[in-house]
Formats: sequence, C-alpha cells, structure tokens
Amino acid sequence: MTETVIETKGLTKRYSTGTAVDGVTFSVKAGEIFGLLGPNGAGKTTTILMLLGLSDITAGEARVFGHDPRREPLAIKRRVGYLPDSVGFYDNLSAAENLHYTARLMDVPAETRAQKVADALGRVGLSEVADKKVGTFSRGMRQRLGLAEIIMKDARAAILDEPTNGLDPQASVELLELIRSFKSHGVSILLSSHLLERVQTVCDRVALFNRGRIALIGTVAELGRKVLGGGYAVEVETSGGGGIGLESRFSALPGVRTVEQPEPGRWRLGCDRDLRAEAAAEVIAAGARLSRLSLDEPSLETIYTRYFQEVANAA
Amino acid sequence: MRREGSAFHGLGTVILKELSDHFASARMRVLEWLVVLTALAAVYGAIQQVRDVTAEDPFLFLRLFTTAREPLPSFVSFLSFLVPLMAIGLGFDSVNGEHSRRTLSRILSQPIYRDALLFGKFLAGLATLSVSLIALWLLVIGLGLIMLGVPPGGEEMVRALIFLFVTIAYAGVWLALAMLFSVIFRSAATAALVTLGIWLFVSVIWPALSSAIAEALFSNADQATLVIAGQMLARLSPATLFGESVLALLHPTTRTLGPVYLSQLQGAVMGAPLPIWDSIMVAWPQIVGLIAATILLFAGGYVAFQRQEVRA
Repeated sequence: MTETVIETKGLTKRYSTGTAVDGVTFSVKAGEIFGLLGPNGAGKTTTILMLLGLSDITAGEARVFGHDPRREPLAIKRRVGYLPDSVGFYDNLSAAENLHYTARLMDVPAETRAQKVADALGRVGLSEVADKKVGTFSRGMRQRLGLAEIIMKDARAAILDEPTNGLDPQASVELLELIRSFKSHGVSILLSSHLLERVQTVCDRVALFNRGRIALIGTVAELGRKVLGGGYAVEVETSGGGGIGLESRFSALPGVRTVEQPEPGRWRLGCDRDLRAEAAAEVIAAGARLSRLSLDEPSLETIYTRYFQEVANAA
Repeated sequence: MRREGSAFHGLGTVILKELSDHFASARMRVLEWLVVLTALAAVYGAIQQVRDVTAEDPFLFLRLFTTAREPLPSFVSFLSFLVPLMAIGLGFDSVNGEHSRRTLSRILSQPIYRDALLFGKFLAGLATLSVSLIALWLLVIGLGLIMLGVPPGGEEMVRALIFLFVTIAYAGVWLALAMLFSVIFRSAATAALVTLGIWLFVSVIWPALSSAIAEALFSNADQATLVIAGQMLARLSPATLFGESVLALLHPTTRTLGPVYLSQLQGAVMGAPLPIWDSIMVAWPQIVGLIAATILLFAGGYVAFQRQEVRA
C-alpha cells in the first residue's frame, strides 16, 4: 500500500487573467480515497484536467502511474477513469450504445465488449435501462453511467469531479456506496467536492483548496487537530442513580480538558484523544450503569468553516 | 516535446460513430430531400429544354447539368447554392455541440488525442456529403439516360466525374468553415448564424462587390487591369472558384476563365471544344484553390481546437 498513484510537485496553472492553480503538491497512494475540497473556483477541476493531460501545465511536475501527462497522456488515460463534473452522454443513443462507443475508443476487443458493457451496467444497477435512450435519464443515472464507464475501463485509479453535485440525498448515498465499492476493488480514487459531509464519510485523506493553493492536507482527524486544536468529544450517559463524584473522576483523567453536564446523567468530555475506554472504566468504578458512550469526530464542515473564518480574519 | 502514441488512434471509431449520427439525424434527411427535390426539378427542366433544342451538341449529356429553363436555375447553380447549406448544416454544431452536451471532456479522457476527434468529425462529415452527392449525381445520370435516350460518351463521363469531385471539394470548404466556427463559438446558434452570414456574403454579395472594390482601388488604371483585379478579388469567394471550374469542365468550348487576349485567339477555331486535358488545365487553379481553402480552414479549426480549454 505504499505505491504512489498520483503525485504532483508545485503544479501550477496560469491564465492570462490570473493564476488558477498555484504550486500544488500532493500525492495519492494506491487504494486510497483522496478528497480535493474547496469552494467553487478554487482550482480543483483545473488540477484534475492537468493530471489527465487535458490542460497544459504552466509549471511544476505531475506523475500519474509514473507517466508525465504532458508527454504520455494516452498511457495515463488508459489506466485512469474520469467522471467529469455533471457528465454528459449522447442523448440520442442508449446507455449501452454510449458505453459501446467509449469501449471502442478504449480498444476493448470486440469479443468481450458486449459482456463488459453488460457487467458494468449491472454493477451500477442500470441493467434494466440499458437499451433506453440516455435522454430520458435522471442526473443520478447519468452519474452512475459515468461510473460504469470507469468500471468498464478496468481503471486502476478513478478521478471523480464533484460526483454528488446536484444529486438528491438518496442518489448521492447510492453513489458514495458505489465509490466505496471501487475502493474495495483496489481502485485508488481522487475526488473533488464542495459538499463536505458526504465526502467526509468516504475519504481517507483530504486536501483543502483555497484560491489555487492547498491550505491543509491530511486525514480528517489530523485537520481537526490542526484547526480546532484537538477536537474529540466523548459523550457518556448513565442510568439509574449512583455515579456520585463522576465529574471529578472525569476531570482527573489525563487528556480531559473540559467536563460539562448538559443534563442529569449525561456528560460531555472535551479530550485530546479518544478516551472512551477510560471514561467507561470510570463510570463502572463509580458504581453507575453505562447506557451510552459515543465519540464525536471533528466534522469536516466545522473544520472547513473555522479554517476559512481564520483565513478571512487574518487577511 | 514528443507525444507518445499516434494522433490518429481511435479515428476509425469516431468516424463510424459520426457517420451513423449523420445518417440517422432528422436534419440530414431534411437536407437530403431539399437537395434531391430541387435538383431533380432543375434537371427535369433541363431535359425539356435540351429536347426542344436540337441534339446536335456533341456534349449533350453535360447540358443536363448546365441548362436552365425559366423559371428554374440550372442544376449546377442549384448545387452551388445548396451544397454550402448542406455542409454548414452538418458542421455548425460539431464541436460546440460536444461542449454543450458535456460529452467533450468525457470523450477526451479516453485514450485518444483531440486530433482524432476533429479529424474524425471532418472526415465523417465529408463522407456523408460525398455519399449524398454521389447518389444525387447517379440519379441525374440515370434520369438523363431514361429521358434523353442517348448514352453519354466516355469523355462526357470523365468530365462529369471531375465535376463531382470538384463539388465534393466545394462542400469540403464549407464544412471546414462551419467546423472552424463551431470550435470558435461556444453557442451553436452563433456559429450557424456567422457561417450562414459568411456564406451569403461571399456567394451573393462579394461577386458584385469585388468589381466595385477594384474600381475604387485602381481608379486610374486601364480597363484590362480593372477587369483582372475585379476577377482576382471575386476569386476569393469559393462560390466563384466553383462556378468557374464547373464552367471550364462542363462547357468544353471554354478556352480561358480570364480575359481573352488577341494573341490567344490566333489560330483558334472558335466554338471548337478543348480536349479534356486542356479543360482540366483551364480549371486547375480553381480546383487547387478549393482544396487549399479546405485545408487552410480545417487547419485553422485544428489549431483553435488544440489550444482550447476543455472545460466550459
């Protein structure tokens, strides 16, 4: 799991009107889901297009499976599947015909083409509408058809641009489920989004984009520590009497910074790390009954909002 | 900096897909009917006219293409008007249509270069036009055989075939122009309007305007200079080039497309047809001009497309 699939070093894109991407450096390891997050116009799509060789690189280096997108874009495009922001298909063709066309462009041999198209449509749950014209498809179905294309390619990495953008909650949950299934098939995924909650549930690591630069990079927990200053909140609920002196017991635990009691029988501990086990042991030791124990991980949304507030305040 | 792989990888796939799109599209069907009906009306008129006049002409069959009977214009003038319309109809939304359907970035993320997509679209468009024009040509020849009852001579067939080739080249010019604008303008409607505007300008207004411009530019020059300058300017229009080359090919008595000098008339038998090779030589600059215009316009579109950003 140490192989690096995508790597950029100081990747920069300048237009005559300004700099869209400014010295971006990150890497995606094999089998990882990496999220590019940030507001619209932060340079996420431009970065993706440069990785695929669809846009010129002004400065810096990019490597995808060790290939330079400037010189060997075909080698990259053979191995990487791409789902553009609000993907489009030929409306006058059916779902299967659309996939057949791209299969031919991918050089899928004629004998296996029909089977591959059928398999891919099956995996994204579009088998029943395979022969329907794409013109009648909803947005969610188009996105899934886009994923089917990536499946058909046997891509070892997938780049998804705003995959859940404009989908209803049900459709986006289904889509994220599919994206997870990609990971279980060993596909590395780079996805961009401005919808944070949804992304948080699938991403292993994220990079926060701001005005063409990467502001923060790491796992969600790491970012939480950096921005919110260590944000683990353990909630404890006890039932049925006892538990006298619990508050002082909690306060005495190493790593606990704050103890609150929002209502009788419920405590909220602000800690530096995950202290669930220790908290539970204290409850038992105090002779109380433990009825609920939970950990609030820092939410990406909070991190994101807080970070951009700080940036705005600093400016 | 050398790119890996062939620029034409995937070309065949793109051509086949675009061809099937063209032939299945309602737009193409409408255009075909328009061309077939008007052209047949013109040929029918021509046949009536040719029958009335005596059949002394050694190139009777070629008269099918060029004879007009009031109120209809001849087959050739119909073609010079309708072929651009067909070509523009096929090409005006070829690239910006991919943008607006949001299919461009998805297709280009497949292992092909942009070159293959643009070449494929152009060649498929040209093939569609060629198929339609060949079918139309055969229809006219067949109608002539039935209604005139005279088989065409070998030389007539060669001339008619070269005429077909020139018509396809003429269609290529307009297809390349339409595709150039479909790259430049993101809106298909704008591209169509601009291309149609240029078409009207160069085929209707420019021939009249060119002599006026020549007079304005060389107001104190002699008559010959004025005529030649006017003709040179008029030849900037592909419609003029097409008209002239067709004239030389289908009227074998045409000795020159420019002004005739006295020295050229020495020893010439007036009204005698030129041998086919000489007719081709007369039309050669025009034919080359049409092909060159196609290549230049396509190259322009090609460069613009290569430099274009993929995202909308």
